[in-house]
Amino acid sequence: MTNPPKRPPAASPRGGGARVPMPAAETSPSPAGEFAQAFAANLGALVAFIVFMLIALAALLAPWATPHEPVQQFRDHLLQPPLWQPGGTARFPLGTDELGRDILARLLHGGRVSLGIGALSVLLALLPGVALGLIAAFFQRIAAPMIMRLMDILLALPGLLLAIAVITILGPGLVNTVVAIAVGALPGYVRLTRAAALAELQRDYVTASRVAGAGTLRLMLSAVLPNCLAPLIVQATLSFSSAILETAALGFLGLGVPPPTPEWGGMLSAARDYIERAPWVVTMPGLTILVTVLSINLTGDGLRDALDPKLRQAA
Amino acid sequence: MFSLLLKKLATLAPTLIGVTVAAFALIRLIPGDPVEIMMGERRLEPAAHAALMQRLGLDQPLHLQYLHYLGSLLHGDLGQSLVTREPVAAEFAALFPATIELAMAALLLALAIGLTLGLIAALERGSLVDQGVMGLATVGHSMPVFWWGLMLIMLFSVQLGWTPVSGRVGIEFDIPVVSGFMLVDALLSDEAGAFVSAVQHLVLPAVVLGTIPMAVIARMTRSSMLEVLREDYMRTARAKGLAPWRVVIVHGLRNALIPVITVLGLQVGSLLGGAVLTETIFSWPGIGKWLIDAIGRRDYPVVQAGILVSALIFIGVNLAVDLLYGVINPRIRGGS
Repeated sequence: MTNPPKRPPAASPRGGGARVPMPAAETSPSPAGEFAQAFAANLGALVAFIVFMLIALAALLAPWATPHEPVQQFRDHLLQPPLWQPGGTARFPLGTDELGRDILARLLHGGRVSLGIGALSVLLALLPGVALGLIAAFFQRIAAPMIMRLMDILLALPGLLLAIAVITILGPGLVNTVVAIAVGALPGYVRLTRAAALAELQRDYVTASRVAGAGTLRLMLSAVLPNCLAPLIVQATLSFSSAILETAALGFLGLGVPPPTPEWGGMLSAARDYIERAPWVVTMPGLTILVTVLSINLTGDGLRDALDPKLRQAA
Repeated sequence: MFSLLLKKLATLAPTLIGVTVAAFALIRLIPGDPVEIMMGERRLEPAAHAALMQRLGLDQPLHLQYLHYLGSLLHGDLGQSLVTREPVAAEFAALFPATIELAMAALLLALAIGLTLGLIAALERGSLVDQGVMGLATVGHSMPVFWWGLMLIMLFSVQLGWTPVSGRVGIEFDIPVVSGFMLVDALLSDEAGAFVSAVQHLVLPAVVLGTIPMAVIARMTRSSMLEVLREDYMRTARAKGLAPWRVVIVHGLRNALIPVITVLGLQVGSLLGGAVLTETIFSWPGIGKWLIDAIGRRDYPVVQAGILVSALIFIGVNLAVDLLYGVINPRIRGGS
């Protein structure tokens, strides 16, 4: 997960599966250990990470965690208030919406949709983004200008508007939402990877590796890339949270995952008309989005501080 | 300064061309025949179809179509709305001031509160006030704008009845359009109470739209100010006996503002995206709502123009920020 010690890969001959034990003289903890310590020392980030894991777990276990289906309509229980309000029942702890659907069930199942779209769009932006960034760093004459100009064009539209443009072309839907959000996140990864790779290319270990006869692909993937991972992990975390926000925003605008699929933003959109009569229909999905995004952002801040010692000292 | 502008424009040229190509491609990438897309539900005779293809220039090769599109753009022609049959440029010009008014109000609010909070947090570093401000900024930064808007409506409009829910001014007023900015037009009109009504309509949307920029500005001001406070010239200023506020504002804040301005430029993107959501929530008749309504009505020329103009605004603002950066920080002007 973290920065491996900087050394040319050629220096570790045939390092199959077994790990080379640390020299006895070395007393500093391993990079992974150091990272874990630094992250755990940041109480806010640790709590945020635990909160996020709980949310993710709840979403994962949604079908077993609630007795109701997210699309099941209880016609006798339209707009039933949550448990702690007069008229609430334990059967629907967070109340029901305008069609009598259990809000808790929709939130948990919606978590699968929202977190799933977020995670998939991060992957879909990260992999090509890193590849393009590495190519732009290694082939500065030919590939870099083309790739970077293309990214400039994508950057000419703010994320949400770019996603809206992509949805206009592709039409709404689950997969299209993933694509729309990934397109917006792509330039960030390309720029970040290129900048980090360019910095690494100046270093002696890369030269040494090249002199030792390592090919371009080997240099890219096993020398440079591992040393660019720290900022990429932070970027992935932060773009995960903005992907969740954008998914919800698209859903709210009616451009996201079509109903009746439970999705946090879509739930809010439908709830707007009941803001006076049944505030909980609005409050619950929004609070869920806020807490989720907040927990991911705080985790990301903690990751950044733990992974990047320079920033850690400055803070 | 002028050479910097030219240099920036030269690097922007490929982006500008790319953006127009993308906008041009938008309508053609939507699956289906463009004429049928434009006609919507209506059926067309093959002859009428061919005539329309010819009239719209769609029978020509793509590169000629693009050049034609580019030529019309340069003449300020953004096409014609399929729904209203009005020129898109005229509709845009009528709605744009509403978005600018909202965005400016949001930005001013974000700057005023964000700078103040960030400054206080930096000066009171580590205190409860600092932690409170930073906590608020973190929450604000993670806020789903559309939900925040609904919550504020619930509190201030529904529960307290302080602010109206939608629109730019009360329907009882008939404000003649002079500048397009409701606050200005309301002042110019002789209707009593119109200005107050316009302010009441503006406050909530501006708060909602300004929340994320406010949080970002507060965080940036704090960290930038903390760095400046460590500088030698701050100690010198204090040592020569300047008033504490003078040291902080004139010597400190002025230098701390440089990174804040960069962040401000980036926030314009969040303002443009946020405007779409905020205008939808508050039925604010600006270009964000116009764009979303157009998507719903499949009014693709309007969507195309809305996307293109948003990109041009974003590029223009970033250019302005780059230049402003050069004015404030002379170290950048000469070099790269």
